[in-house]
Amino acid sequence: MKDPKKPYTLTAHQISNLIREKKISISALLDSLLKRIDDVDKRVKGFVSVDKKSLKERAKDLESEPKSVGKLYGIPVTIKDNICVEGEPTTCGSKILAGFRPPYNATVVERLRGEGALLLGKANMDEFAFGSSCETSCYGPTHNPWDLDRIPGGSSGGSAATVAADETICALGSDTGGSIRQPAALCGVVGFKPTYGRVSRYGLIAFASSLDQIGPLTKDVRDSALLLNVIAGFDPKDSTSAEIDVPDYTTFLSKDLKGLRIGIPKEYFVKGVDKEVNEAVWKSIKKMKNLGATYEEISLPHTKYAVATYYIVAPAEASSNLERFDGVQYGYRSPEKDKTDSTPPLLRMYNSTRRDGFGAEAKRRIILGTYSLSSGYYDAYYLKAQKVRTRIKEDFDRVFKDYDCIVTPTSPTPAFKLGERLDDPLNMYLSDIFTISANLAGIPAISIPCGFTSKGLPIGLQIIGKPFEEATLLRAAYAYEQSTEWHLMKPEIKRG
Amino acid sequence: MKYDIVIGLEVHLQLNTKTKIFCGCSTTFGNSPNSQTCPVCLGFPGVLPVFNKGVLDLSLRSALALGCTVSKFIKFDRKNYFYPDLPKNFQISQYDLPLAKDGLLEIDVEDGSRKRIRIRRVHMEEDAGKLVHEKEASLVDFNRCGTPLLEIVSEPDINSPEEAYRYLTALKEILRYLEVSDCNMEEGSLRCDANISLKPKGSEELGTKAEVKNVNSFKAVRGALSYEVQRQEELLSNSERVVQETRLWDPDKEVTVSMRSKEEAHDYRYFPEPDLVPFVITDKTIQEVRSALPELPQAKRARFIKEIGLSEYDAGVITSEKEMADYFEGCIKLYDKPKVVANWLMGDFTAALKEKGLESISQCEMDPADFIGMLKMIDDGSISGKMAKSILAEAIQEGKAPKDLVSAKGLTQISDKPQLEDLVGKAMEENGEVVEEYRRGKKGAIAYLVGQVMQKTKGKANPKLVNEILRKKLEG
Repeated sequence: MKDPKKPYTLTAHQISNLIREKKISISALLDSLLKRIDDVDKRVKGFVSVDKKSLKERAKDLESEPKSVGKLYGIPVTIKDNICVEGEPTTCGSKILAGFRPPYNATVVERLRGEGALLLGKANMDEFAFGSSCETSCYGPTHNPWDLDRIPGGSSGGSAATVAADETICALGSDTGGSIRQPAALCGVVGFKPTYGRVSRYGLIAFASSLDQIGPLTKDVRDSALLLNVIAGFDPKDSTSAEIDVPDYTTFLSKDLKGLRIGIPKEYFVKGVDKEVNEAVWKSIKKMKNLGATYEEISLPHTKYAVATYYIVAPAEASSNLERFDGVQYGYRSPEKDKTDSTPPLLRMYNSTRRDGFGAEAKRRIILGTYSLSSGYYDAYYLKAQKVRTRIKEDFDRVFKDYDCIVTPTSPTPAFKLGERLDDPLNMYLSDIFTISANLAGIPAISIPCGFTSKGLPIGLQIIGKPFEEATLLRAAYAYEQSTEWHLMKPEIKRG
Repeated sequence: MKYDIVIGLEVHLQLNTKTKIFCGCSTTFGNSPNSQTCPVCLGFPGVLPVFNKGVLDLSLRSALALGCTVSKFIKFDRKNYFYPDLPKNFQISQYDLPLAKDGLLEIDVEDGSRKRIRIRRVHMEEDAGKLVHEKEASLVDFNRCGTPLLEIVSEPDINSPEEAYRYLTALKEILRYLEVSDCNMEEGSLRCDANISLKPKGSEELGTKAEVKNVNSFKAVRGALSYEVQRQEELLSNSERVVQETRLWDPDKEVTVSMRSKEEAHDYRYFPEPDLVPFVITDKTIQEVRSALPELPQAKRARFIKEIGLSEYDAGVITSEKEMADYFEGCIKLYDKPKVVANWLMGDFTAALKEKGLESISQCEMDPADFIGMLKMIDDGSISGKMAKSILAEAIQEGKAPKDLVSAKGLTQISDKPQLEDLVGKAMEENGEVVEEYRRGKKGAIAYLVGQVMQKTKGKANPKLVNEILRKKLEG
C-alpha cells in the first residue's frame, strides 16, 4: 500500500477498500485531489474545468447517503470534455462549443453517478478528438507529466495526463483511432478501448460514429476492469450498442497466462518503430511467455492500408457530424460585423461562425471528409475505404481462429516534443499507425505500461483481442502488469 | 398541341405515428412552437437517433398496398445540406436502398379508361422543422422536426395536369384507407413536388424538366402544372430552351417563379447513417403486414357494384372515403335496401354532415343502427319521408338519436285506421260540395280532402292511408 497520507496517489480499488474500512472520508480524498490539482495542473494543464464548490457538495451528499453505496462509491473520475455532463460545460476543446452546457448526461455519466462516482472535472483533449498530441485544443496543449516539454498524446491527453500526474484516480476517454491507448502509452498509464458497441456512445459528442468508443484510463488494470464493469452494457438510447451480457471483469484477473496463444504481427515490428520501444515490447512478450503464454509470428497483410482507410472514413463521418455546429441553436455564433459583405446573412452567419469557431485541424478534417463524400468521388474514396475496412477486419477474424490475442507496440515512438509535428499532419497521423486497425475492425484493445526509454519516457504495450472478449485482454494485461513494476512508477512533473 | 407532357410526382407523406421517427416526442400538429422537442430531434451534440418501429409498419402497409417490392435489407443514409430548419444539417433518409420500389397505382383518365402509373420508389425519412419569417429575423419551430415521412416517387408516366390531379386523389384515397396518414395538404401532412417537361409529340427523347414546389392543394398542383405546360410550350414554340431548375408556385398570382438553377443544386454527400444499425425484414413480417391490409378502394368499389348492385357512380361516391364505405356496410347489414341507404348517405346525410362542419362520417354520433331505425320508421309508415329528412338533419346537428326526436316532438305519424276514418268522415261532411265534385268525375278533388285531413292533424296523418280511406269512402 502506498502512502495513505497521499490518497491522490492511490488506485480506485485501493480507495474503495479504505472507504469501506472507514480509513478515509470522501471529502478528505477530494481535498487531497483538489490540492494536488492546484499544485500540478498549472504545469500539466490536463483539466479544462473543475467545479470545486459542487464537488464538495457532492462529496458531502455521498457521505450522507451511505445506503447508496455503489461499485464506485466515492471514486473520483475525470471525464473527457467530449462526454456530456448535464449542466456543465462540455466543449470538445473547441471554441465553437463555448458556453454549451448540455441539458442531459451521457449514459456513461449516468452509470458512473449511479454507482456513486465523483465526477472530478472535464479533461482537455484535441479539438473534437482530432489529433494525437492534445495540442489542437482551444484551451492550449496539455503537457506530459513525465516531461513537460513533451506532448501527452491524444486525443484523450488530458485524461491520460491527469491520471499519470495523480490529479485524479481514474478517467474516461474516447478512442476513435487510438485516442485512449496512445496517450495512455505516452503517459505510462492503462488505457482500454472496448469493442465497438460494448459501451454506449449516447452523450459522447461524435467524431466518427462508426469508430468512436468510450473507455477507461487508469493507474492499473484492475481499475480498468472496475470501470468497465460499470460503463459497459446495452443502452436502448444507442442503436449501435450491443445486447450482450457483461461479465464481472474483475473475476478474470489472474496471475498466470497458461494456455494463452499470442500472435505477433510482423507488420507491427518494422522500420520506423523506435528501437527502445521495439526492445521493451519484445521483453514484454518474453515475459508473457514466462507466465505461461505461447506466441508465434502472424501476418495482418492489410495493416499497411489502415492509416489511409482511416483518414477517409473518419473525416467523412466527422464532416457530417460537425455540420450541426452552425451558430443557430447553441455554442458560439460569430458576431456579424462586416456589413459591407454582400453574402446573404444566413450564409454569412454559417461562414463566419465556422471560420472563427473551428481550429485548423478541425477545418482540415472537415475539408477532407467533405471531399471524399462528394458526388463523383464517393465510390473512389469512401466506398473503397469501407471495402478495405472489411479486409482489415477479415485479417483479424482469420488470426483469431488460432490466437487469443495479438501483442504490438501501442505507439511507434515515445512522447514527442510539443509543436514537433503540429505543422506536419502526415507525420502526426502516423502516431496512430498501430492503434487505428482495432477501431476499423471494431475490436477491443488495451495499452499498458511496459517500460521506459533511456530518457525516462513511458512505453506502452498494446494487446488486441476478439470482439466482446474484453475479459481475455484484461486477464493478459493483468498477469503481465502484476509481474512488473512499470505501473507503479510516478513522474516528477518537470521538464525533461 | 404538338408536345407530349411528361410529369413525375414526388409525394411526401407524414405518417400518423404518435411519436417521432427517431425520438419519443409527440407528432401532434398545431401546438405552441418548440413544445414538442427534445435533444434528439433538436440535433444536440452527442445524442443518438433510435428508430421508431411503428414507422416501419405504416411504411410497409403503404408500400405493399401500392404493389411495391419491399427491400429485405433496411438501412438509412444521411443527406447533408445546411438549412436552419434542419438542426443536424443533415436529414436521415434512405438513398440507394429505398424501403420499396416498382409499385403501381391505377387511375381513371379523362376518356373513361384506366391507366397505370408506375411507382419508382418509396422511402422513409425524417421531416425538417419550419421557419417563420419575421421582419427582422427568422424564427424556427422544431415541432415538426423528426416527424416520420414517407416519400413516394412516381415514374414520369403522368401525361397531363388532370392526370396528376387524379393520381394524387387516388393515392390519397388508398393512404386514407390504410389509415397511415391524415393526408391533409393544408396542414402539410401530404406535400407534393412535381417534375414536368415537354417533348415533341411521339419523340422518345425527354425534354428538360422543371421541378415545381410549394403547391399546397391538389387543385394547386393541377394549376401549377397547367401553367408550366403553357410556359414551356411557349418557350419551345419560340425555339427557346427550358432551363433545368426548381420553380415555386405562387398561388396568388397563379404563376411559377424560378427558385434555383441546377448549377446551384446541392451535392447532398449521401452516405450510410452510422448511428443506426441496418436490419433485415423477414418474409414473415411482410406476409403479416400484407394479410392485415384492409380492402382497398378499387376492390371495394368493384364489390359494391357486383355484389351489392350499386351503380358505378354510387359505388364511387360511397367508397371514396373509407369511413363512408364502412358506415354503408354497417347499414346494409341491418337493412336490405342498399340503394335506398346509398341515396340517403350521398344526399341528405352528407349535406347534414357538411352543415355541421364534420369532415367525415366517423365524427358523427349517429350509428348505423339509429339511422336504419329511422329508415324503418318510414317503411312502416310511422313517419313520412319528408319528416325523416328534417329529423335526420336535426339529429346530426344536435347529436341525438332520430327515434328520440320523433317521440319527443310527438312527430309519430297517425296511422291508426279508426282514428283516420273518423277524421276522413268529418272532412267529407264539412266539404260536401267537394265530395260531389269528385263523384261527378273530378278525381283531382281528392287532394283537397287529403289536405284537409293533414291540416287537422298538423301534418301527422299518414298521407298514404288517408288517401286509401278517402278513396274507399268516396267510391263506396
